[in-house]
Amino acid sequence: MKALVLFTMMFCGLVATAQITTLEPGATAPGFSLKNIDGKMVSPENYPDAKGFILVFTANTCPYAIAYETRLVELDQKFSSQGYPVIAINPNPESLSKGDSYEKMQDKVNEASFSFPYLLDEGQSITNLYGARVTPHIFLLQKEDNNLKIVYTGAIDNDTEDINPDKIKYVENAIASLEKGEAIETASTKSIGCTVKRPAIE
Amino acid sequence: MKHILILVVLFVSLPAAFGQQVQLLTVDNLNERLEQGKDTTYVINFWATWCAPCIKELPYFEKLQEEKQKEKLKVLLVSVDFKSQLEKRVIPFVSRHSLKNEVFLLDEQDQQEYIDKINKEWSGAIPATLFVKGKNKKFLEQEFTYPKLLSEYNNFNK
Repeated sequence: MKALVLFTMMFCGLVATAQITTLEPGATAPGFSLKNIDGKMVSPENYPDAKGFILVFTANTCPYAIAYETRLVELDQKFSSQGYPVIAINPNPESLSKGDSYEKMQDKVNEASFSFPYLLDEGQSITNLYGARVTPHIFLLQKEDNNLKIVYTGAIDNDTEDINPDKIKYVENAIASLEKGEAIETASTKSIGCTVKRPAIE
Repeated sequence: MKHILILVVLFVSLPAAFGQQVQLLTVDNLNERLEQGKDTTYVINFWATWCAPCIKELPYFEKLQEEKQKEKLKVLLVSVDFKSQLEKRVIPFVSRHSLKNEVFLLDEQDQQEYIDKINKEWSGAIPATLFVKGKNKKFLEQEFTYPKLLSEYNNFNK
């Protein structure tokens, strides 16, 4: 019996790391309360006036995440006043990615002038609930009654290197549709970036 | 006259002195190249200088090409680093690691588009490897050990 329990536990552990399911548009967004770089806890519930959130899983050293830092600050500046502030979560555990330590997250906020919370996800529980795959990985959330609903997932735009003036701005387009009460034309795109660091499957 | 000759010799041998070159490659360029290959097996590895698991497996692709010299195999290493990093990071990386396989930098801008063009099942994550022989294709979004790569190549070639 003991062996069976042990076996079941091992099996569960295996499944937990092997199968990451990314939540899709239409799904209810899991709530969270995570520690910001100033030590204070941040939760979507702290924003009674928000209509939704631009939730982004992003990290310190990934070149894709770095390429989008300025655009995240711009998104926050443009949309927090319209009711859609940015909340960033670092999905990478320090044990697997030294450059993603809590101290280095504090440095990042100063250096990149983040105007939004940058949260530590100890144990990767929120990262795994959303099924974040890469950094940066966007989940656009909309408030619906007392719940948050995912309305868009994927990339910020289709031009990481920021050289095409005619780039498609997926997040901005999605918010524009929400504001007009229209259906979002592109509700999901491929999330492009560095793979979220997860413990290896043994 | 003699001086001109020396200059010409120098000029011609310069690229060799600087070692491996890295050329830009669009997905269309890649497909044209693969179509010309016919009975050649292409093993195309997508990697980047910032991707630790990619760097770890690059020597296995070098080894595969070296060990299978007598077979019709061509390994192509396609970096998905940003184009702005070609001179700064990719070329120095290639010469530092003395890569002998052909190395390219993917010359595409819209990831949403090129990822699907390479393979519809690709999430875009690297490392990823494409095996091509004529019309046969196999795409694997995974990391390799050398034995795994070797058996994958042998199976594909059966």
